Amino acid sequence: MILLDYLVLVGTMIAIAAYGMWRTRGRRNLSGYLKGSQTLGWGTIGLSVMATQASAITFLSTPGQGYESGLGFVQNYFGVPLALIIIAIVFLPIYRRLNVYTAYEFLGRRFDSKTRLLGAGLFLLQRGLAAGITIYAPAIVLSTVMGWRLDVTILLSGSLVIVYTVSGGSEAVSITQKYQMAVIFAGMFTAFFVLLAKLPANLSFSDALTVAGAFHKMEAVSLSFDITQRYTLWSGLLGGLFLSLSYFGADQSQVQRYISGASLRESRLGLMFNAVFKIPMQFFILLLGAMLFVFYQFERPPVFFNQTAWEYQVEHGAREKLLPLAEQYAAVHAEKEQKIEAWLDARRTGNHGVETTARAQALAAGERGEAVREEVKKIMRAAERKTSANDSDYIFITFVLHYLPHGVIGLLVAVIFAAAFSSKASELNALGSTTTVDFYQHICNRDASDVHYVSASKWFTALWGVVALAFALFAGLSENLIQAVNILGSIFYGVVLGLFLVAFFLKRVGGTAVFWAALAAQSLVFILYFTLTISYLWYNFIGCLACVVFSLALQAVLGPCAKTLDATVTA
Amino acid sequence: MKPSASPASSGETSPHVSPQDRGQAIDDLVTGIPFFGTWRRVYLLVFGTFILWVCLLAALSRIFS
Repeated sequence: MILLDYLVLVGTMIAIAAYGMWRTRGRRNLSGYLKGSQTLGWGTIGLSVMATQASAITFLSTPGQGYESGLGFVQNYFGVPLALIIIAIVFLPIYRRLNVYTAYEFLGRRFDSKTRLLGAGLFLLQRGLAAGITIYAPAIVLSTVMGWRLDVTILLSGSLVIVYTVSGGSEAVSITQKYQMAVIFAGMFTAFFVLLAKLPANLSFSDALTVAGAFHKMEAVSLSFDITQRYTLWSGLLGGLFLSLSYFGADQSQVQRYISGASLRESRLGLMFNAVFKIPMQFFILLLGAMLFVFYQFERPPVFFNQTAWEYQVEHGAREKLLPLAEQYAAVHAEKEQKIEAWLDARRTGNHGVETTARAQALAAGERGEAVREEVKKIMRAAERKTSANDSDYIFITFVLHYLPHGVIGLLVAVIFAAAFSSKASELNALGSTTTVDFYQHICNRDASDVHYVSASKWFTALWGVVALAFALFAGLSENLIQAVNILGSIFYGVVLGLFLVAFFLKRVGGTAVFWAALAAQSLVFILYFTLTISYLWYNFIGCLACVVFSLALQAVLGPCAKTLDATVTA
Repeated sequence: MKPSASPASSGETSPHVSPQDRGQAIDDLVTGIPFFGTWRRVYLLVFGTFILWVCLLAALSRIFS
């Protein structure tokens, strides 16, 4: 990066944050601070919801996912439109009618105080731990490839987002997210078109898709019923629906975004905006990754994309093993490139015999190249246990730094920071709101003024920000810990969704039944987690189902009186 | 804690509805989208778009695999 890139990066980030703070200066009442006075239009809400979900890792990892595994990951988002329609019909009107600040406030009104605190507590536990990751994950990648100090990257990026989130509250978050999404779209489209322009001149877009397809990168939809297959239409529809329902419907970081709409209509249209555009957006980012794969068929890629880790291992003992593999990879790549060109030439001239042979040889060379990469990953992992053998997070940023023009590099790094800021801001905003409304106001201080609660909310938001920074700085995070936090999320998400589904659809179940059912379901999930070896994503479904079934069973035991009494108590 | 009817569970609404709230409620029923004036139509449009995307992606998979 040169000065121009730094100017674009720093200028973009500070200008957006400053504008958000200026637009929301002087917010003094709780509604204004936590719900932006409910004045936002559908466009702002739609982009805000999208920005909250799209973290920096989305833009670092997803192109790498497209490069490595193709478009199949898009199926993970097939549940999103269906979930958002259900939320727009069922969840949203109730949140707005009750005029709640947090989703868990609804649990208090529907059931009782203890159930509200249980839902809010599970959210704080899960999001509070994840908050550090949102800052840490992009910082580790950027500091590695840029040579920046990790602690400085974390502190600078984390502090700026804390300042404008604390200062302007929910409205500042939504306003800044709108412009951050504009930067993200501008950057990603620029990267895509520069990438296409850098493909060989005689390679049409159709040829590029054909090459990607031959290497299994274009398999977007799989109708397979094989449950061991990672991404299929069915797992996307079922698993994605449950995940999306719990994330968009019961996670305060999302609920806070769409309840701040000027009207029910604006909030609904904001959700529908996401229901329509989420899949195309993810498809586009994955397609960018697939095109990167095609680009690197004609341009030799590094055998291991995390070049800093590679160079370290070459310098510190693994030289004898790694350098021969790099040479072998270069030779295989040259052979593959030659065969692909022969195949495409034969395809253009209609010589089917040569086309078939050259294609098969190109694919065979591709498999040999992948085998070499696997060997390299194995060595990297064995040499240093903390080194991630998964270098796919580094694929896109490597392309950005080596092949994009200056100025655009700054814009693309700004994309990553914009995405990190937008998701971080929503998290902090939600953590601060939930701590203030569901714990401080509800338990400690019920009759204070709005100014007092706004002040408390600012302090809690800042406190969570500092906790997240400390977690990112001092926890010594590794890939395993990142995965551990994701596992933790899946362990709690299902039960929280179960609480909400019981609240919305099983009107005869009361607070006592659902509270103990949720605790029992959570215990069951813990036991299963420690005894089974199934994918952690299944715990979303198991936790939710157990919570619903246990609630019904317990209510049947308790009888109708208890639940009727619970249901009519306002927390 | 004070016992009171829960709007979420009973579906009760306040007897004192201001003209502004009534206007807002009517406003919420209208989508403001040409040709898709009701929410049912909007949801069908969104669902139809989703089905269209799945079909296009399935076609893409078939053509290029």
